[in-house]
Amino acid sequence: MDDLILQFCKVDKSFFGVPVLKNVSIDFPRGHIIGLIGENGAGKSTMMNILGGVVPFDGGKMLLNGQEYVPQDPASATRAGIAFIHQELNLFTNLSIAENLFIGNFPHLSVTPFLNKARIRSKTQEYLKMVDLDLSPDITVDRLSPGERQLVEVAKALSQDASIIIFDEPTTSLTARETEKLFAIIDRLHKAGKTIIYISHILRDVQQLADDIVVLRDGEVVQVGPKQEFSIQKMISLMVGRYIGTLYPERTSTPTEQVILEIKGLSKAGIVHDINLCLHKGELLGIFGLMGSGRSELAQIIFGMEGKDSGEIIVDGTLHTKQSPVKSIQQNMAFVTENRREEGLLMTSTVAENLGLVTLRKYVTPAAHVVRQSALIEAIRNSVSLLQIKVNDAFRSQAKGLSGGNQQKVVIGKWLMNNPSILVVDEPTRGVDVGAKYEIYSIINDIVSKGAAVLFISSEIEELIGICDRIIVMGVGEILGCFEKSEFNREKILQTAFREGGK
Amino acid sequence: MNGNQSRQRLILTILKNTPTILFVVIFVAFSLLDHRFFARANFENIIASSAFVGILAVGMTFVLLTGGIDLSVGANMYITGAILAMMLVNGYPLWLSILTGMLAGTAIGFFNGFLISKMKIIPFMVTLGTLTAGRGLALLVTQSAAINVTKEMPFAAARVLGVPLPIFVFLALVFVAFIVLNYTSPGRQLYAMGNDPEAAKKAGLNVTRLTMLAYIVCGFCAALATVIALSQQGRLSASFGEGVEFRAIAAAVLGGTSLFGGVGAVFPGTLIGTLLVQMISNGLVYLQVDLYLQDMISPLVIFFAVFVDAQRMNLIKRLERRNIRVENTVGQAPVSKKIRAVI
Repeated sequence: MDDLILQFCKVDKSFFGVPVLKNVSIDFPRGHIIGLIGENGAGKSTMMNILGGVVPFDGGKMLLNGQEYVPQDPASATRAGIAFIHQELNLFTNLSIAENLFIGNFPHLSVTPFLNKARIRSKTQEYLKMVDLDLSPDITVDRLSPGERQLVEVAKALSQDASIIIFDEPTTSLTARETEKLFAIIDRLHKAGKTIIYISHILRDVQQLADDIVVLRDGEVVQVGPKQEFSIQKMISLMVGRYIGTLYPERTSTPTEQVILEIKGLSKAGIVHDINLCLHKGELLGIFGLMGSGRSELAQIIFGMEGKDSGEIIVDGTLHTKQSPVKSIQQNMAFVTENRREEGLLMTSTVAENLGLVTLRKYVTPAAHVVRQSALIEAIRNSVSLLQIKVNDAFRSQAKGLSGGNQQKVVIGKWLMNNPSILVVDEPTRGVDVGAKYEIYSIINDIVSKGAAVLFISSEIEELIGICDRIIVMGVGEILGCFEKSEFNREKILQTAFREGGK
Repeated sequence: MNGNQSRQRLILTILKNTPTILFVVIFVAFSLLDHRFFARANFENIIASSAFVGILAVGMTFVLLTGGIDLSVGANMYITGAILAMMLVNGYPLWLSILTGMLAGTAIGFFNGFLISKMKIIPFMVTLGTLTAGRGLALLVTQSAAINVTKEMPFAAARVLGVPLPIFVFLALVFVAFIVLNYTSPGRQLYAMGNDPEAAKKAGLNVTRLTMLAYIVCGFCAALATVIALSQQGRLSASFGEGVEFRAIAAAVLGGTSLFGGVGAVFPGTLIGTLLVQMISNGLVYLQVDLYLQDMISPLVIFFAVFVDAQRMNLIKRLERRNIRVENTVGQAPVSKKIRAVI
């Protein structure tokens, strides 16, 4: 029998009467990397929140090193040797790296109440070395890049002497290089005997890293086994519960020749340089670029959230000297931002309130500007059913209670209610599961076939190839190349993005 | 780095040091406008008369660091002062009266902290309630009569190590608060909690206790301020402590403490902020500005400081955004040839 560090025995959990974990039993062998996969809402996060002491469980039990384990709160999970690195990092940006590492458990100068700053600093240096971070322990966290912050979280886990480290989607905000570094460190931790639970939607990463894979679907364990038993195709089928033949819906229309958005010589110092592009009615234009290529910044300038130094933005034949989000919306533009948690949604408002936000002014009476509730409610109902947003009651449920895919549909929905003629979407499928991705592609296809133009920004090359009419490649704030549908080629696009050979 | 950016850096440096720059500018301006302003006696006067506001502001800094606010410090002073004064005129010994007053003030802080951290009522409402009810209670107890305590509290002019007592108490408090905030666990944890309360809970910090602590410290400081102010003024009137919350909050904010929590310091921040607030009102007296106008000028300066704070935050955000390209040079391609791709 294997040496098991952790066992879930028939664990149950319900939220408000809705079961999210049903009879979950999993054994975690000591020193393994366990990949945990499943669609959004499959129960991965709930499972890890139970393990990390963030939420209590209803039934069943957990065994840690053979002993029954019932965490009261995150602190007791930490004491039990479980470190949870959340998707949204939990660092204090106003404090130094060293303080972040020891905030819950500062060493003191013998019996005095005073902090032993020298010890804190030297200890931190030790842990930073373990994660290959060459930074002073005194730097405040707000000056670090997302990748560096992630590694500080890892250092924190090490400082707590964790034997089980949970990574929840650790790579979503990392560059390719930072991801590689993180993987090297995970590998090192693995060799040092740590047990690692790795949650991700990026199945290739899971396949590369994990020893064992656990697939969850609808709160139940579908399959557990060594990674050799899982192909990526099989993982997807298990997660979705059906065989997915095509990842991308069929296009039903072709672009027209009519230009709806034209950008000429757009520059902003330090951000983008000499951007020229044309977007046509009915076109789905992809912008591919790695993190830091300037793609999101370009979208923000086009939408008027950021100013420009020079260049022209011509919308539907008219030149606009000064863009602003308000003007852009008046010009029937829409912008689904990259970060739905912070920029896309009012998390504590209801789904209906979020959906109605952009179009509110269309539903007011002419003189008094009173909202015509019945018409608005009707429109919101239509939108919810059209986009198949899975929500108990759109008028009662808060946006934050929805799964990632459904949240994204709400963001897209609030813009679609305004019937945009130009839709800019920035990484709309990030952190969204396979099934919901397909639905999002379908929604976008649908509005393109109705004559809207879409600017689809993504760092997932496959999805761009799968759905776009044309792909523009960006890097260091410039357009590095443009590919017509007939020229789509994964390698070539990547080479262009990395500026190797070719153009 | 291009010219545009270095100019922004310069602006940022100026904005970051606004309290100090403002202090120097106002100081020089007043000194030039009236030679009497630039005199040792006047400085001592400024610091001594600002001592009790400064003491309040130190407590307020603790509360602001949590992202909260305490509007009840003025009412707290009136209650504490009423207890203290009535005990003194009824013949209780000085030490017992002060001790009782201090306990009462601290208890009010505890009460605020309890409602805010345990009952989860927002600080603004809680302390607004304590402010109103507190004043009412003290008026009831004193029957709104003024009480004279000049005789019983004769130590306002006393000196410790050559420093007037009020100034000594203020500076000692700043020193202790500085040590607590920078060199003890609860101090650093207070900053952490103000930065992100959710993350603080996840990190296992006792958020309830930390919040409570901040309001208790604030209540204690209000009581301490009462002892100093009462000894200086010698008289408890019905308007004792009225409006001081504004000056205390202003002193903390002028010193760079953010109203959003997690940012701020008692030294040099709150200390400079306190002197600034007092110097402005003192200077206006020397310049013989209309008494009614004076009340309007200090708020203007404070609005200016808060405006500068907002500008600073904006600019920092813009500057800290990473630049994508280095202008006029060939951009470097990422080293990694491997790219992750998603299914």
